[in-house]
Amino acid sequence: MIDFGFFREIFQSINKNKLRTLLSGFTVAFAIMLFAILFGVANGLQNSFNSEFAGDANNSIFIFSGRTTKAVEGMQVGRKIQFDNDLYNTIKKEFKDEVEFISGRVYKNLTASYNDEKSNYTIRAVNPDHQFIEKTDIIKGRYINQLDIKNKTKNIVIGKLVWEDLFKGKDPIGKYIDLSKIKYKVVGLYIDQAEGSDSNEERIIYMPISTAQQIYGSNDYVDQINLTYNKAMSAEQAIAFNNKLVKRIKAIFSVAPEDQAAIRTRNQAEEMNNVSQFNAVLSILVLIIGFGTLIAGIVGISNIMIFIVKERTKEIGIRKALGAPPSSIVALITLESVLITAIAGYIGLLMGAVVLDSMKDTLKEYWITEPGVSTTLVVGAGILLVIAGLIAAYVPAKRASRIKPIVALRDE
Amino acid sequence: MVSIKKLHKSYKMGDSSLHVLKGIDLNIKEGEMVAIMGSSGSGKSTLLNIIGILDEHDKGDYTLDGVEIKNLDEKKAAQYRNKFLGFVFQSFNLITFKNALENVALPLYYQGLSRKDRQEKALFYLDKVGLKDWAKHLPNELSGGQKQRVAIARALASQPKVLLADEPTGALDSGTSAEIMQFLQQLNDEGRTLLIVTHETDIANMCKRIVKLKDGIIMSDKKVKQVRC
Repeated sequence: MIDFGFFREIFQSINKNKLRTLLSGFTVAFAIMLFAILFGVANGLQNSFNSEFAGDANNSIFIFSGRTTKAVEGMQVGRKIQFDNDLYNTIKKEFKDEVEFISGRVYKNLTASYNDEKSNYTIRAVNPDHQFIEKTDIIKGRYINQLDIKNKTKNIVIGKLVWEDLFKGKDPIGKYIDLSKIKYKVVGLYIDQAEGSDSNEERIIYMPISTAQQIYGSNDYVDQINLTYNKAMSAEQAIAFNNKLVKRIKAIFSVAPEDQAAIRTRNQAEEMNNVSQFNAVLSILVLIIGFGTLIAGIVGISNIMIFIVKERTKEIGIRKALGAPPSSIVALITLESVLITAIAGYIGLLMGAVVLDSMKDTLKEYWITEPGVSTTLVVGAGILLVIAGLIAAYVPAKRASRIKPIVALRDE
Repeated sequence: MVSIKKLHKSYKMGDSSLHVLKGIDLNIKEGEMVAIMGSSGSGKSTLLNIIGILDEHDKGDYTLDGVEIKNLDEKKAAQYRNKFLGFVFQSFNLITFKNALENVALPLYYQGLSRKDRQEKALFYLDKVGLKDWAKHLPNELSGGQKQRVAIARALASQPKVLLADEPTGALDSGTSAEIMQFLQQLNDEGRTLLIVTHETDIANMCKRIVKLKDGIIMSDKKVKQVRC
């Protein structure tokens, strides 16, 4: 049977000494509140970072071409580098172990019209893999497929905003859109959740790359090549792969190895590396400051507990004279501390959460999104608080249990 | 009940040590009412603390109700104090944030009694000292005499073999003192063993035996005719 008498003793001692309890509780509550706010803000900062880079697959490499800035093998500076299907096929073949998805991109700007509606849109002519590189979510119909590429079909996939502009909410699948006088059949409708609803990513029309090459250029030019690397690669390996890729492409187009402008890449690995490094530094900083605050709280309550023991010396002496074993004295002091710490700690946590919640909109302006304390943190903090209470009370409780009743009784 | 042979006790005071008790021999039988007298520094309080297992002796033997008291750990000492002894102090030593009933019930709590039993028993002893109506009052709402009676009720609650009183009337006026002594005599009449430390002769004369201490040795130990109050 549980002995409630023991808890009754503790509640009585807490209840009869309200100021003392309030003081020690305040120290802990304040420390935990600061801890929660700090943690929440850091969380928000990380959320901002993550959402900023979540738009595309985070293992993607985009390859762009420009004009040469260094003369090489007798060729002029300022030569324009033009990617083509050969390069696409070469990369796909030579790096088949490293590459997960790969797609070329051809850009066009065309006027689209359906019935009386008319508007300008960016056209991206792509390979089927592009869907996974850009994280495009098909909500109706299908994406560009291999048959479209092979047969150079006039099929297109439209974004949500294009659909809203032209179709006013009607089913677009199977309908024909005019793109600068040429009719295209809508085969799919997509949204881009990663970039967020109503972003410009949803104002784009996708078509097969082979179709665009034939109709708008009669060539096999590619404006840009996007790929994702094998997810098994570490950030370092990905960066090494990126460098190898650039070197190979420079060799193909006879570009000087030190020419930075002719072939450029945007490697998410590098950016992710920076972001995760920043996150790591931030986490360590938060941990140090957070633990500092917590330790200050523990020291604070420890201090107060020492004072409490001093104040209760006589009472402890009386209890011992009446037959209290040392273990019951230790338990009395420790449990009081744990109880105060746990309750005050949760009040602090709650206050922190409320403060964070009320500052949500203000913080958003400072690039801090969704600052909050997670359930894991709350549970973790609960365990931590009990441990903190135990640590805080250990020294004072030990001291109290060692007081000789005769010394304690003399204490006035 | 209490048997002491060649008991020595000294306190360390920095480099030197103060020899307080220098070979005490004392036997107290069940049902006795003994006064221990002596001026301050005679060692009477030290003797009481050793008998009360609040302090440890250095040399000699001490047997309490047939149990040898030697090298006890804190836990055992607490157990024996709870089982064998009841304390009444000069300054009452009630716990200030507990009411009279809770104070009396405290030793019973350490005996492991259930809440109901504790309340019942505590109320019984409060009634015995005539303070049943004051059960819910805090110590600072009671007079000195009432406080001491609560302390006596608390000492009685654990049904000890020996009741130890350290200057029980030291903080009380003469009227109240007589009242308390009368009550202690009554307890002795019921067969309880009492040991009272005092420096007042008239208080000592209310006991049945007077042990006089001086400089750590027993000067005299004689039975007296009890003055009833």
